[in-house]
Amino acid sequence: MKDFARLFTKLDQTTRTSKKTAALTEFFRTAPEADRLWAVALFSGRRPKRAVTTTLLREWAAERAGIPLWLFEESYPIVGDLAETIALILPPAASREERDLAHWIGVVKGLAGMEPEARRVAVLEVWDQLDATERFLFNKLITGGFRIGISRKLMTRALAEATGVDEPAMALRLMGNWQPEDTTWDQLTAEEDATEDESRPYPFCLASPLEAEAASLGDPGDWLAEWKWDGIRGQLILRGGTHHLWSRGEELITDRFPEFARTPDFLPPGTVLDGEILAWKDGAPLPFAQLQPRIGRKTVPKKLLTEAPVRMLAYDLLEHEGADIRALPLSDRRARLETLLNGLPEDAAVMPSPLLAETDWPALAARRERAREHRSEGLMLKHRDSAYRDGRKRGDWWKWKLDPLSVDAVMIYAQQGHGRRANLFTDFTFAVKDGNGLVPFTKAYSGLTDAEFDEITRWVKRNTQQRFGPVRQVTPELVFEIAFEGIQESARHKSGIALRFPRMARWRRDKPVDEIDTLEGLKSLLGAYG
Amino acid sequence: MADPVLSFTERGIYCPAADIYIDPWRPVPRALITHAHSDHARPGHGSYLATPLTAAMIRHRLGVEVQELAFGTPLQIGGATVSFHPAGHVPGSAQVRVEVGGEVWLVSGDYKLEPDGLSEPFEPVSCHAFITECTFGLPVFRWQPQAEVATEINGWWRANREAGRASLLGAYSLGKAQRLISMLDPEIGPILTHGAVEGSNAVLRAAGAFACETIPVTPDFDRKAHPAPMVVAPPSAFGTSWARKFGPAQTGFASGWMRLRGVRRRRGVQRGFVISDHADWPALLRAIKETGAERVFPTHGYVDIFAQYLRIEGYEATPVPTEFGGDEDNSEQTGDAA
Repeated sequence: MKDFARLFTKLDQTTRTSKKTAALTEFFRTAPEADRLWAVALFSGRRPKRAVTTTLLREWAAERAGIPLWLFEESYPIVGDLAETIALILPPAASREERDLAHWIGVVKGLAGMEPEARRVAVLEVWDQLDATERFLFNKLITGGFRIGISRKLMTRALAEATGVDEPAMALRLMGNWQPEDTTWDQLTAEEDATEDESRPYPFCLASPLEAEAASLGDPGDWLAEWKWDGIRGQLILRGGTHHLWSRGEELITDRFPEFARTPDFLPPGTVLDGEILAWKDGAPLPFAQLQPRIGRKTVPKKLLTEAPVRMLAYDLLEHEGADIRALPLSDRRARLETLLNGLPEDAAVMPSPLLAETDWPALAARRERAREHRSEGLMLKHRDSAYRDGRKRGDWWKWKLDPLSVDAVMIYAQQGHGRRANLFTDFTFAVKDGNGLVPFTKAYSGLTDAEFDEITRWVKRNTQQRFGPVRQVTPELVFEIAFEGIQESARHKSGIALRFPRMARWRRDKPVDEIDTLEGLKSLLGAYG
Repeated sequence: MADPVLSFTERGIYCPAADIYIDPWRPVPRALITHAHSDHARPGHGSYLATPLTAAMIRHRLGVEVQELAFGTPLQIGGATVSFHPAGHVPGSAQVRVEVGGEVWLVSGDYKLEPDGLSEPFEPVSCHAFITECTFGLPVFRWQPQAEVATEINGWWRANREAGRASLLGAYSLGKAQRLISMLDPEIGPILTHGAVEGSNAVLRAAGAFACETIPVTPDFDRKAHPAPMVVAPPSAFGTSWARKFGPAQTGFASGWMRLRGVRRRRGVQRGFVISDHADWPALLRAIKETGAERVFPTHGYVDIFAQYLRIEGYEATPVPTEFGGDEDNSEQTGDAA
């Protein structure tokens, strides 16, 4: 695994994109074929099935290190990563075994079929043959979650450079359902592919947040405006008489949304739609919370299907009559989309996301102000001549979101972060006033600068009142403005509410605790935005 | 019951029999200082007592008068006998042994067991009670031998030099900096130093404790005269206009904290070298065992966790909070001595 470990170390040591690309390109040119394939697979979220629970891994690591389990558990939050904690806590390797990445992946896969005791022996044996970096990588292979700061775009660029295939074509090849076991390097990277994967989605085109005045975009007539929906973005693929649904995170989510099983009856094969999946009833979207039970579920209970049926509000057509039409101007794609979808019956579960009729910026701005009434987060502005590009290319597509809602709250609990933020207190629980007391209502992790987190970390250490495992109860003194996108009733929370996308908008050093907002005030937002 | 030999007060560790404080963090009339790092040697005390090398360094840093006491020489102060013993942390650094009526307490200051070639090597001292630092008192902290780290650093420097880049190596200016310089291979190229590092170099050279040749970076520094150098500087100098004097450069940082990937990434250094002037987990346990102490007071570091482990190992262990960030402090902000 030395090659792969060296690649990882190089990637980890730099934040410069050019250097990361160069390191990857070099690896894709020189590493053994199986390792190249696996690297692409791992960096695009494909990995061997988890064969060992993390609980067992912790126990084995503590045992091998000769320390009590509680000491392992105390060390973990300080290191901030389980695979790394194990790698660091084990004694140095007894002997070194140099095998390639594919070999170790074979080992990980082999674990699944073993008896529990054999599994333990096998893992301990591997740990004893690897150095700290290799161990860390091996543990990542077992535990999954191989996130090491390699974006899809970066990997695509490196692959394009290493193989000579152009970037958009490479991006398309990397999409879809392929697995390293049943794919060869040539199949993955060769320009033409005879066995076209019928479920393969297109890379999603992404919008950038609009920070300037909308008027700076020029003639409003050049732009198509729609609601920015708060649902799950998906690509619905109809090919060869069947359908597939992909999430924006490139997960195949067909089974979670059986509503779309009917779409092949209404739409011809060779159709690919991009749109928003929303829980939808009586001609209007339901709150996002109603969509949440579908996430992370393989099958959908009947009750859910009747209480919160979904539909797709399609905003783009990527493939029409079997042809890739992404290069056509949006206005053309939109016209074809409407021809396809207009007039479909209710139970087709697909309808076009309506265009907004306003034709000048002040009218559009006024419309945006009322987005929440439509359970929308604002507007999308897309240039009528724009192609459907892969990834985020500034200029053609803008999300013009509403300003977030906000509330002033006090921090009452703090917990250390993970990974880059290990050793820093970054995960906070906030409370608002409720009568004479405080009631916790949300957690938030982001929005402050590193310097602010440093300062708060020192403050937390000096102002801890009580500890509950890794959680510190702190003096209720620091006030923050919490921004959020929506608010819903929630029986699971003591406060009775749940926020959508809460984050710290700023640290209100100027604000004393007795001036924070109240639960009553928060609940009054429920009526308006819940 | 008689006073304990040492007690923990809000000004720091106090010896009632001698009426003296050890490494106090608030001004006191009389202070014993283990070493010259800023979290141990504070300004504003009435009098200072330290080993000759630490004394020279405190004079240089704080401009105060300091009395000297050589290693291994007992001194009667009131009802107590005190003596300094090498801690191996930085040149001149000491453990403080305090004996009152036949009972011996030992204050470790900061220490490491591996000889670094510059500091007087750590000397085990028997005692009844041991107040020990535990900055790296978790089993995830384990150091490689110094020679291996030296190979890594020199390899990094050589590669940078071949690519025509300077190597900016961040390290605390007293102790770590000199240790790193002594590990560098002078055949590779010129070794430049920041003013803060050179100040410590000068004090140690004058005392005969440091002999490596370095080139101080002066205001009229000419980059062309020293292409692709090694530059040893406190990390606070990075990202400033000072650091841009050297042209294209790679930054590295040498600290025990570099063992953690999260810290490496947060600091944004291009290379992290895992090398510390503090004892790692196995060394802490060994040092404690070798004192023969039954009572142990962990301070500076993950004190609660460390004390809990020691209790299971059969020691009577009580964590001691310190003013400097309390427990779990990692001195990361200042790069101090880690």
